[in-house]
Amino acid sequence: METGNTHEKTLTKSELMDILAKTQTQLAYKDIELAVKTILEQMTQSLATGSRIEIRGFGSFSLHFRPPRMGRNPKTGDAVPLSGKYVPHFKPGKELRERVNKSLTQE
Amino acid sequence: MALTKAEMAERLFEELGLNKREAKELVDVFFEEVRAALESGTNVKLSGFGNFTLRDKTQRPGRNPKTGDEIPISARRVVTFRPGQKLKARVEAYAGTEQQPQEQ
Repeated sequence: METGNTHEKTLTKSELMDILAKTQTQLAYKDIELAVKTILEQMTQSLATGSRIEIRGFGSFSLHFRPPRMGRNPKTGDAVPLSGKYVPHFKPGKELRERVNKSLTQE
Repeated sequence: MALTKAEMAERLFEELGLNKREAKELVDVFFEEVRAALESGTNVKLSGFGNFTLRDKTQRPGRNPKTGDEIPISARRVVTFRPGQKLKARVEAYAGTEQQPQEQ
């Protein structure tokens, strides 16, 4: 059973760039910004060409196939055939799972 | 052939001109900071790519699939990933012909 998402705090891409800039003081902010964009673009490209991503201790991204199905136009109620498609899937790695779960008992 | 941190560092070296040590360190710190945020109870939103969201699950009944014995699955906190619009659209456009996507 799920108690829902009670986590209000959020880290955004630009906040992540700020943190990275503080730890990597030898790099210019625009290099950090470009590096984050490059990493995310490369990850997107990888999945968009059917190649999975494996980051040890973080997790893996792969594609799951959704078979074709009949959908419905919500306005008219008409049946519409929807073709099969791939969707991205993330499986957290062991270290991430353990660190996140440990934080539950420490709150 | 899967994308790994080594290839990400290689691209930062080639395209941004970071030296190899800087590139490797930046990729490491990038994933470590996302993990650290999630560990501290913070969701991570990388616009265009996707959101990593924390979910708390209460204890629920489970079963040992081998023996059939009932054992409770303890309360836990898990990370889920919801791909962003841009990532979803680009993956959907993949026809699946170039190479078979592998399941884990």
